[in-house]
Amino acid sequence: MSGFFKLLARNRLALGGLIVMVAVVLLSLLTPLLPLANPDVIDTANRFKLPLEGTALLGTDHLGRDLLSRLLWGTRLSLAVGFVAAAVAATLGATIGIVAGFYGGKTDNIIMRGVDMLMAFPYILLALAIVAALGPGLMNALIAVSAVNIPFFARNIRGVTVGIAHKEFVDAARLSGMGDLRIIATEVLPNVIPVIVIAISTTVGWMILETAGLSFLGLGSQPPQADLGSMLGEARSALITNPNTSIIPGAMILIIVMAINLLGDGVRDALDPRLKSGALSRPMPATRVDRKAPIPTASDDALLALRDLHTQFHVKGRVYKAVGGVDLSVRPGECLGIIGESGSGKSVTALSVMGLVASPPGVITGGAVYYQGQDLVGAPYETLRRLRGDSVAYIFQDPQATLHPLYTIGDQLIEAVRVHHPKGKAEARAHAIDLLKSVRIPNAEDRINSYPHELSGGMRQRVGIAMALANDPEVIIADEPTTALDVTVQAQILSLLDDLRRERGLAIIFITHDFGVVAQLCDRVAVMYAGRIVEEGPTEAILNTAAHPYTARLMACVPELGGGRRRLAAIPGLPPGVDQLGIGCAFADRCDKVQPACRAADIPLAPLRPGQKVRCIHPEPARPEAVA
Amino acid sequence: MTEALKLTGLSKSFPVGKRLFGPPKAMVRAVRPTSLVVDKGETLGIVGESGCGKTTLARMLVGLLAPTGGRIEIEGEPLNTTNPATFGRKIQYVFQDPISSLNPRKTIRQIMEAPLRHLHRMPKAARATRISEIFAAVNLREEFLERYPHEFSGGQAQRIGIARALAADARILILDEPVSALDVSVQAQVLNLLSDLKAKLGLTYLFISHDLAVVEAVSDRVAVLYFGSVVEIGPTDQVFAAPHHPYTKLLADSAPKVGRALKAPEARETELPNPLDPPQGCAFRARCPYAIPRCATEEPALEMQQAGVWAACHNPQ
Repeated sequence: MSGFFKLLARNRLALGGLIVMVAVVLLSLLTPLLPLANPDVIDTANRFKLPLEGTALLGTDHLGRDLLSRLLWGTRLSLAVGFVAAAVAATLGATIGIVAGFYGGKTDNIIMRGVDMLMAFPYILLALAIVAALGPGLMNALIAVSAVNIPFFARNIRGVTVGIAHKEFVDAARLSGMGDLRIIATEVLPNVIPVIVIAISTTVGWMILETAGLSFLGLGSQPPQADLGSMLGEARSALITNPNTSIIPGAMILIIVMAINLLGDGVRDALDPRLKSGALSRPMPATRVDRKAPIPTASDDALLALRDLHTQFHVKGRVYKAVGGVDLSVRPGECLGIIGESGSGKSVTALSVMGLVASPPGVITGGAVYYQGQDLVGAPYETLRRLRGDSVAYIFQDPQATLHPLYTIGDQLIEAVRVHHPKGKAEARAHAIDLLKSVRIPNAEDRINSYPHELSGGMRQRVGIAMALANDPEVIIADEPTTALDVTVQAQILSLLDDLRRERGLAIIFITHDFGVVAQLCDRVAVMYAGRIVEEGPTEAILNTAAHPYTARLMACVPELGGGRRRLAAIPGLPPGVDQLGIGCAFADRCDKVQPACRAADIPLAPLRPGQKVRCIHPEPARPEAVA
Repeated sequence: MTEALKLTGLSKSFPVGKRLFGPPKAMVRAVRPTSLVVDKGETLGIVGESGCGKTTLARMLVGLLAPTGGRIEIEGEPLNTTNPATFGRKIQYVFQDPISSLNPRKTIRQIMEAPLRHLHRMPKAARATRISEIFAAVNLREEFLERYPHEFSGGQAQRIGIARALAADARILILDEPVSALDVSVQAQVLNLLSDLKAKLGLTYLFISHDLAVVEAVSDRVAVLYFGSVVEIGPTDQVFAAPHHPYTKLLADSAPKVGRALKAPEARETELPNPLDPPQGCAFRARCPYAIPRCATEEPALEMQQAGVWAACHNPQ
């Protein structure tokens, strides 16, 4: 709750609206206690007095009634009607929406078509019709205003409810023995309430305005009772001669509606989880770079080399060291595997290469990435843009999310080609068909006109690979490209990637959490834990003689087919949060060989055997048969 | 041994292209008529790829989906879904995504209390003791009870999900991919917990997974699903050691394995059959290297291949 107010207060306009609204509401609550003249007493001798002329502070109206008193009593009435109308519309609308969304099917269809019919009328006409049928009066105006606003609530809430009703926790509640009514009340409603509040906060201003409109037309409050709309209506005839009688209620309406709408926008921004997560703050085109330490130099002839790379996320005063000093390199035709569990920093490492980590909150705080001897960290955006997708291409985990759903795969491939190499449309299209053939999509000439949803997951990932190959890159960075696929499809994709790198001499950085995949595809492997490489070396050496206790125990956890029914090895505990890393080994708390020295100082990634490096002071001994 | 769960000709079809009036344009058969028996105290593994009907089958068993045909018997009685408070005591479900199966606006205590209150009508004091017992059984600290779901890691949230299923005191648990959202080091923690609980409480599991190695490690028997039908069923060790159905063999050969050379186990272009336009005869025919002419015309039925092992294939291996 305090978080909500902090967010709200950050929006200056909303804070202003809140202050004005609190003042207006307090004033109207205190109205009966204030020493005001009776608002309905007619005194024609003192009609049309100007403000401060005579006893009335704001002057008098055409019947000599005290304007200040009428204004305050009128505001009180208008606010009350507006809020009650909003509450009624929200309650009925939300009920209709929740019932329609929760039950779905025919119930939903019938209810929502009824709501659609209500929406088909222009709403002021509908309100007039309702008042005409029921007769003028404030209560009837309230009914009319509520009724015309019900569809807005019903449609909004129904949409949200449909999403929630299919969540697994609703199924779980059903299995806990709850009936429909209880599920609606305790599972669905609490998740819908923020949306209801947002909808109310953005519409209550309109409802006050609509009630005032009906009163202005003489269909709402009846004389002598004052509300803001009827005050305006009565003052209309004297607009030219005595403008103060119209300006005073008019200004009040303006103040109230402005304040409520500003406050409503602020409430929406503070409550809407999508806005809160920073979806509105657009990330920069390249990751922010803030290197304090001297930049390491390129040391070997690798095609792509990461040198002591540090990438951090700065969120609300906390620093998450997602990548804490990573050194890696790949040569042409080589496949380097990066293996690690979720949160180990493997994806952030890969995204840092081309400056694709979202900023804010990501910052590259140190190190360098050399591509053919050129440092990409801190390179001008134009350079990065030229290289992205051209020399260094990415394949992501979920092809459904990376392909645009509204364009055919052909259009997307052609665009990828033409961004980097100006080609005629026909030529680019022929190239796209070749690409689809090279990733072994059957019937490429027809499939090029398919939309992403018309393809299976495996076919979509082939398109993702074709797109990565579009400009004949030197390096492909594949971030868990087969994790979302079935095993039979995964086997097909892996063998395709393997063929491609041999045919084209591609360097592949392959990120995965699966040792089986690494064993089949990669020449070298780097194991990551808590943002750093804990072990690196030739695949065979790592798999046969893992030196870091983490690698050894992680491999022991992987069940393999053919082991029969058994207990599986587990690593107790959880990886440490990368915002609270201590000095020393990050794995120390879960390691059964831990010594005081492990926590005393930073442990370097030191060479152990030819080609194999390990970040451990008590590495696992080599197994005898592996040494031989 | 007695039967904990018995399905007879259970099937489910979904309408496609619904119309306001009149019948839908087409029906997709997600689960073809399936008969299965799970004995008390047994773990039956169900494997298959996405879209093979595993989850549809599981959801029917706990009454979250109404079957189109066939019957379900739990401990000898037909499943009656009219009163959620009675069938929830017999059979429970552990969901795939541990976080989204917990209501984000409730504390863990509120979530844990629901089954005790609605299924067992326990008074407040008894509920607190029971929750402590269950939390001890799944190795969770009691201080977690006052927290909200987003504060937990996947492994902890899945243990809470298991704890909730245990709170219902059901003898049968349907585990729908309970570890596929977890990291390997945590996956083993959860699997071992499940096997301890089973031994201690005498539970019966239906364990659904796409990971053959995981299923092998936990199951007594395994059923392989393809395109909505059981294509092979039998004791786990026998089925994986010597698969009779070519699809089981394909699955076993596809799992990446340390020390096995990389080769595509089948032609690279093959895809699952289109459910809107199901093939004649055997659904696996187009991908099968052993297909014979009979496969194109006649749908194979489950036949006993050796003691306890059944496969639906005209040309079994």
